[in-house]
Amino acid sequence: MASILRVDKVSKYFGGVKANQDVSLSVGTGSIVGLIGPNGSGKTTLFNSIVGTHPIDRGAIEFDGREISTLPVPAVAKLGLLRTFQQTRIFGKVNCIQNMLISSNPTKENLITIFSKVPEELTEKAENLLKFVGLHQKRKLLAGDLSFGQQKLLELAMALMNEPKMLLLDEPTAGINPTLINGIIDRLITVNKEFGITLLVIEHNMRVIMNLAQEIYCLAHGEMLASGTPEEIKNDQRVLDAYLGAG
Amino acid sequence: MKRNNLILYGALLVFGLLAPFLFPAFKLQISFMWILVILALTWDVQGGQMGYNTFGNILFFGIGMYICASTQIGLFFPLEEWTASGGEKTFLHTPSQYFLGLSAGLVLAGIVPVVVAALIGYGILGLRGHYFAICTLGLGIAAGELAGGIEIIGAGQGMTAPPWPKGIGDTEFRSEFFYFLTFITMLATFTFLRWAYQRRFGLVLNAIRDNEDKAEAMGIHTMRYKILGWMVSAFFVGIAGGLVGNMVGYIEPTEIAFAGATYGVFMILMAILGGKGTLWGPVIGAMVFHIFKEGFWTFFLGWQYVALGVLIVVIVIFFPEGIMGWLREKFPERFGEVVDEADRKAQVVLK
Ligand SMILES: Nc1ncnc2c1ncn2[C@@H]1O[C@H](COP(=O)(O)OP(=O)(O)OP(=O)(O)O)[C@@H](O)[C@H]1O
Ligand SMILES: [Mg+2]
Repeated sequence: MASILRVDKVSKYFGGVKANQDVSLSVGTGSIVGLIGPNGSGKTTLFNSIVGTHPIDRGAIEFDGREISTLPVPAVAKLGLLRTFQQTRIFGKVNCIQNMLISSNPTKENLITIFSKVPEELTEKAENLLKFVGLHQKRKLLAGDLSFGQQKLLELAMALMNEPKMLLLDEPTAGINPTLINGIIDRLITVNKEFGITLLVIEHNMRVIMNLAQEIYCLAHGEMLASGTPEEIKNDQRVLDAYLGAG
Repeated sequence: MKRNNLILYGALLVFGLLAPFLFPAFKLQISFMWILVILALTWDVQGGQMGYNTFGNILFFGIGMYICASTQIGLFFPLEEWTASGGEKTFLHTPSQYFLGLSAGLVLAGIVPVVVAALIGYGILGLRGHYFAICTLGLGIAAGELAGGIEIIGAGQGMTAPPWPKGIGDTEFRSEFFYFLTFITMLATFTFLRWAYQRRFGLVLNAIRDNEDKAEAMGIHTMRYKILGWMVSAFFVGIAGGLVGNMVGYIEPTEIAFAGATYGVFMILMAILGGKGTLWGPVIGAMVFHIFKEGFWTFFLGWQYVALGVLIVVIVIFFPEGIMGWLREKFPERFGEVVDEADRKAQVVLK
């Protein structure tokens, strides 16, 4: 299987903190890959490194056949690689529909596109996607008035509105009502299978990630500890130790 | 367009067109009110819609003022001699020179600030929060100092704008002429912003205000919108500056052109008073502010700044969201968005 994302020996330090140390991973086109690891193991930092939030100290990152490790955030996003945030980020003072419309990014941003009306059919698309994540009835609410879990769902819908090739999801089920979690797993599989979007998912909920991912990577202390199928990871002694605090 | 909007537009238009004839004694005052509306509207592009509290828009006002007057003079006479010797006594514009100069001057008063905004925008709009505010504060002050050192525009002494040419009506006609120029410029500013806010431009400015990092993460080159927004503000503010220079007739670097302590602060207060981040807020804020201010100047002579200070405190405490914000809260059916309580309470279900 060809890989859409290849992270090659990436290191990122914050002063003395080695948040990522020689981290490598690769994500096959069309797959769902999991990224797990204890708190502070460097998962979010790796996402930030991939999308260009901060410059990396060493290593290479290739997306869709292009070196992207020096590109700024909007440029990476424009290539079709989007991320969602662990602490939700939405546009709080405008309503959910407007959040969606902002997120549908024109490929070009010039005087003409900047000053053109948002096409009518986008509103319909926005409503359908909000329906998809269960927020249709709340579409006229200010996004800032949604609960944390609802904002997570909105962020997912916003990402889909952008029609990316690949999505990096930072704990998509955190803070979400447990009764909805099966629904989310189901939606993410649809996103992958039907929308054709490759997923790399950070998740603390083991049941979710084991159900979702075909392959899982485990970080600990900024280094890649193990990788393999859910079955292999579940039975990997190093992973178990890391989670129990012994590693 | 909603019906009460249509009434509002009509009333404003009728008032604007008839005012100089209904209240001839207040022509100049009302012209300045339209100028203040322009300043508040254009400040709100950054301060309200985009969430960037700029103290620097006064820069474009001053540049517009100097560029306009310099063009009006320099097109026909040596600028240096004009400023050195009180040239308006030596050189006389014929009516056609005057109007040609004024047209060219006002065009450049719009264009030059736009170019300046484009050139400095990339560096300055990369700053955020307090850093941006402080840096823009420095811009206006530095520009005033700089202008005070340039001999050809009169340095600290200032310069005069060309006087009204002989043979074209009296001073009443002159005031009416500038009245309609300010009114039209205000209408153009309002109409353009109203149009632009309904475009992707407006949506993205709000996105930048609410969460710029998220906007970038969604693939939006926010810098382009920020610079473009500043160029739009610079254009209209620059023209306003050109007009004010001509209306006052005398240009001085720190009190009139780069007047951070008066116009520079007023534009912020007016937008906040009316309700920042709304289209009508700055318009209403500027009108209310101007009427109060003129009243204070008449009734509390000597205490006017104290009265203004009290007004500001009252605004911030009782109307933190401005007049429009207050109206939206009080009368959401008419001025705001009503969200169905059922929608608000609805549970999210996934299959
Ligand atoms: N901007 C930053 N400046 C300084 N240190 C940082 C920064 N971002 C992350 N770190 C540090 O890097 C390490 C890895 O943090 P990171 O957020 O990537 O962990 P994580 O695996 O996402 O944890 P969690 O599961 O809690 O989200 C931590 O020690 C954190 O304190
Ligand atoms: Mg994290």
